[in-house]
Amino acid sequence: MKQSRTNIPNLLIISFLAAIFGLASSSNLWAASGGGDEEKEGGGTDFIMHHIKDDYQWHIITLGHTHVTIPLPVIVYDYEDGLKVFMSSDFYDEHHQPKPHGGYYIDHGKLYKLTEGYSASSAHDNEGHEEDHHEEAGFHNEDAGHGEEGAHEQEEAHGNEHEGMTQSGFLDISITKNVASLIISMILLFGVFFTVAKRYKKGIAAPKGIQSLFEPVIVFIRDDIAKVNIGEHKYERFMPYLLTLFFFILFNNLLGLTPGAANLTGNIAVTMCLALFTFFITQFNGRKAYWMHILWTPGVPLPIRPVILVVEVIGIFTKPISLTLRLFASITAGHIVVLSIVGLGFILNSLVVGFVGTLFSVIITLIEILVAVIQAYVFTLFSSMYIGQAVDDGHH
Amino acid sequence: MDLLIPDTGLFILQTIAFILLLIFLGKFAWKPILSGLKEREQTIESALLAAEQAKKDMQALQADNEKLLAEARAERDAILKEAMATANSIKEEAKEETSKITAKMLEDAKATIENEKRAALAEVKTQVAALSLDITEKVIRKQLSDKKAQEALVDEYVKDLNLN
Repeated sequence: MKQSRTNIPNLLIISFLAAIFGLASSSNLWAASGGGDEEKEGGGTDFIMHHIKDDYQWHIITLGHTHVTIPLPVIVYDYEDGLKVFMSSDFYDEHHQPKPHGGYYIDHGKLYKLTEGYSASSAHDNEGHEEDHHEEAGFHNEDAGHGEEGAHEQEEAHGNEHEGMTQSGFLDISITKNVASLIISMILLFGVFFTVAKRYKKGIAAPKGIQSLFEPVIVFIRDDIAKVNIGEHKYERFMPYLLTLFFFILFNNLLGLTPGAANLTGNIAVTMCLALFTFFITQFNGRKAYWMHILWTPGVPLPIRPVILVVEVIGIFTKPISLTLRLFASITAGHIVVLSIVGLGFILNSLVVGFVGTLFSVIITLIEILVAVIQAYVFTLFSSMYIGQAVDDGHH
Repeated sequence: MDLLIPDTGLFILQTIAFILLLIFLGKFAWKPILSGLKEREQTIESALLAAEQAKKDMQALQADNEKLLAEARAERDAILKEAMATANSIKEEAKEETSKITAKMLEDAKATIENEKRAALAEVKTQVAALSLDITEKVIRKQLSDKKAQEALVDEYVKDLNLN
């Protein structure tokens, strides 16, 4: 009885936060949809893709025609000219239209290097075309009657049409929205776990404050993931990796759910990087038994062994691919679902659908919080299983 | 499709960031946390074991105490018993002694009485002899007061003498 009474304020707070998230998203969507009926369909997709993809500036909210954005540094290593640093705001004029700067040009979240073939007029043409493209897109799609394909063709055509621009010849190591989010998560991780660690350095004491929140999780990873899958005697070496992995994914999954945040763990470069860490750690720690199991599986009839060899070798590489895609897909899909449901009300231009959609998106957001934790757990669990297989001495 | 093509720059920065996280969290967070946890767990375990041991010790001590108490009680009982026995024997002895003394005194008294009686009897005899002599003397004197009687007596004596 008492329990349920104390839970009500917490539920209210959670609902309120989720509602704020819905509002923040919908105001962006409103801007993306641009108000015009014809553009809404394309606007919804654009808005969702814009949220999911990386960007050179951090777009927080659009109020009317004012875009509230945080400009981020654009860092380019040119193979000819060396390192160059710009601000992303340099690439946009006062009307938020892209403009060339320092020999580079940002279009639709992509950085291009200008080559000799480039001229100011072609850029102008481009911009003109851009506006046309935006205005025409809706009509074109409706006329064509196959909205998404049409948009896709346009997108591809758009990618190829830049004359005098190239995506090669430089290495782009900009502090994009995702990198900024990465840095924020690093600061957060350092802040949280240095604070937690400080308590342990003081000597033996009962857990307190933030420590009591993270200690059970750390103990869970140690006892129920690492010890179980890697083994009592070998798990300690991999604990720092598994803990870093788990909390990195968890923090970034949750950060990705906050309003206006980047979609770091829903980016395939990030998940691929994490999967490759697991991959290399697994291979470098592979014992004799592990390689024997792959190359010449014991206990299997001789004619089948070469077949198993092929399967096992493929298996080495499918493991990191599955890790990459699982995290990427679950986080990205979650974001798409939430944004789509919020977007329904705007696309159908219906207050009722909007209201129900917002309520539904609150529920989906709560499920997404669960997914954020589960995906962090699953990635860590599978990593420890792969490592566990590699370090096993073969005493079955 | 854009979504599925990993961005090189982000990949490089993510790799660097993750390595930094691994190094710094590993050194300054996970190491103290894990060792602290381990230490605490060991402390708790040893404390629990110590408590268990203390409990056992306590029980052993209690058992010892019980035993000691029982022993003490037994000893007390034994001492009491012995004391009682000693007291009894002393009493018995005293009684015996007393009865012995009494018997001796009685015997002594009896002996004294006997002696006294004998002495008295002897005195009485002497007295009786003296009295008889007196009486005899007086009788004889009276009898021998006349001449005739004296002569008769002398005669008798002579007669006796003759016989011898």
